[in-house]
Amino acid sequence: MVLKRSERVHTANAIRYNSCGKESALTLRAIDYVSLVIYFIFVLGIGWLAKRKITTSEDFLTSRHSVPVWITSLAFIAANLGAQEMIGMCASGAKYGIMTAHFYWLGAVPAMVFVGVFMMPFYFGSRARSVPEYLKLRFDEKTRGLNAITFAIMTIFSSGISMYALGLLFELVLKWNFTSSVLLSAAIVLVYTLLGGLTSAIYNEVVQFFLIVLGFAPLSFFAVEKAGGWSGIQQRLGPVMTHSWRYVGHASENPMGVEVFGLVAGLGFVLSFGYWCTNFLVVQRAMAAPDMAGARQTPLFAAFPKILMPFVVILPGIAAVALMNMAGSGYTLPLKPGGGFDYDQVLTTLMAKFYPAGMLGIGLTGLMASFMSGMAGNVTAFNTVFTYDLYQSYVRRDAPDSHYLWVGRVTTVAGVALSIGTAYLATHFNNIMDFLQLVFGFVNAPLFATFLLGMFWKRTTGDGAFSGLIAGTIAAACTHGLTVAERKGGWMGTNLHTFPSVMAQNFWIAIIAWTACLIVTFAVSLVTAPKPESALHNLVYGVTQIPHEGQAPWYKRPGPLAVIVLAVLVVFNIIYW
Amino acid sequence: MEDLRRPIGFLFSLLGVILLLYGVIAPDVRAPLDADINVNVWCGAMLLIFGGILLWLSFRPKRS
Repeated sequence: MVLKRSERVHTANAIRYNSCGKESALTLRAIDYVSLVIYFIFVLGIGWLAKRKITTSEDFLTSRHSVPVWITSLAFIAANLGAQEMIGMCASGAKYGIMTAHFYWLGAVPAMVFVGVFMMPFYFGSRARSVPEYLKLRFDEKTRGLNAITFAIMTIFSSGISMYALGLLFELVLKWNFTSSVLLSAAIVLVYTLLGGLTSAIYNEVVQFFLIVLGFAPLSFFAVEKAGGWSGIQQRLGPVMTHSWRYVGHASENPMGVEVFGLVAGLGFVLSFGYWCTNFLVVQRAMAAPDMAGARQTPLFAAFPKILMPFVVILPGIAAVALMNMAGSGYTLPLKPGGGFDYDQVLTTLMAKFYPAGMLGIGLTGLMASFMSGMAGNVTAFNTVFTYDLYQSYVRRDAPDSHYLWVGRVTTVAGVALSIGTAYLATHFNNIMDFLQLVFGFVNAPLFATFLLGMFWKRTTGDGAFSGLIAGTIAAACTHGLTVAERKGGWMGTNLHTFPSVMAQNFWIAIIAWTACLIVTFAVSLVTAPKPESALHNLVYGVTQIPHEGQAPWYKRPGPLAVIVLAVLVVFNIIYW
Repeated sequence: MEDLRRPIGFLFSLLGVILLLYGVIAPDVRAPLDADINVNVWCGAMLLIFGGILLWLSFRPKRS
């Protein structure tokens, strides 16, 4: 997730530059295509079954609070488990070792606990249909407009860029045609989201989650087993690769080149909370739950499988490096034509070495499933924000609901078409994509400060929120322009600071943007007129009835669940410290 | 769709049965690095058990 934003294009680049590599190809047999075809038929069938429920625009775009909690919980993490996440996390495992788990344990789980316990009462209680709509209710039209437009654009580009990366990977390792694999996978996602809307996207995300886990967990098991278990891996790799906290005291001691404050404040707080607590893509899944209690349980239940995901997606990458250091293991990391390791191919080369024809098809279906869950997540978030926050707000306000249902469907088709367009654009203008990713990072970095002040300080005003977001984005751009890391940034001519790594630079850009947004929002709010308290019911802490769930059993109450999640989290951090 | 566990249970049972049968019919299809185990049989059984549990959960009589 957080890694994805900065490394997505690098993944794509690495795959592209390597398209002349040769030993990387996988050979598929008929049996492998059988599972892929069964999976395609199945997801289309789920779309067809979910279609019967759809009569209004809210059925199509928001599922109208009809999805059981165990389903929204799995969808909550599956929508974020795109194919690039799988490939990228395995690559990072090979590059950075168990430190990569910080992207889950530090960079996701605490924020998931926070959104469930503290923020969901306002999102769900406000009756907003989307995150931008919450901003409209809490602040004003311009803040909603800014968030809706940037979110809509970013969603389309994310979906297009991941489609591009997947098309290249399939071309490289399976020798599939780029155009036909991109079009086929996009067409299937389009058909099932068009048929059953958000409900079918969410239901399929559950199927996709199980396929990802069952398709990749055996790979992790076999690779670790071959490398002699965790103790064998520890013997073969330096301690830096098998400790997550021990070497973060100083940036020069660990392969990520980050120090503990940047890591905890940048990744663990600003970037992580900014994504998991404000991104409509994930919040939308929780809001589809039947009631407030379910919406709050969604991220908390989801936190348990999230804590375990590193063992499925990161561990194979670490085992791959151990296997390479093991004489006669028969595995070596794939190489780039220009020299150096091609980490992005670790996952597929491991599959080629450990999966025979048959299981290879299941693993590949898992990869395809992860791509589709990521894309459907983007498409369903895009069509809701476009229909309600842009079309209904700025184009046609008082049309009958059937009109918005129609707009929602048209937007779904347009969203997929624009994603495909972006994928093709990426094949020709990769540096534009690189640039856009950078700008998106600047826009996203300050977001959490706005939500934090908006939800917990009733004095915060719309003008304050809007100017804070602008100031945060500018502060992010300036930080990037005035600092240098691995020859990136510094375009303003003066170099005030050199970071040991791009990752450290990203963390600090986020910290500075967040702080700037917080200060400016606070200052401007003090000198502008706040909304009257009567207009803030169910939107802000202090004037909202926080649901009391004292009667529910302990395993359904947010408080006890949060304590258990955090306790489990601490245990894993101690084991792999 | 009343209970999503049922279609998902069917899917994984079907994938499991196919993989298991393939592993039994073609036992010499092995991967380079774990050639001593019949991966298809073990993984097929795993998928079948997972699918079977979901089917059992969805078909078991509801407690009143």
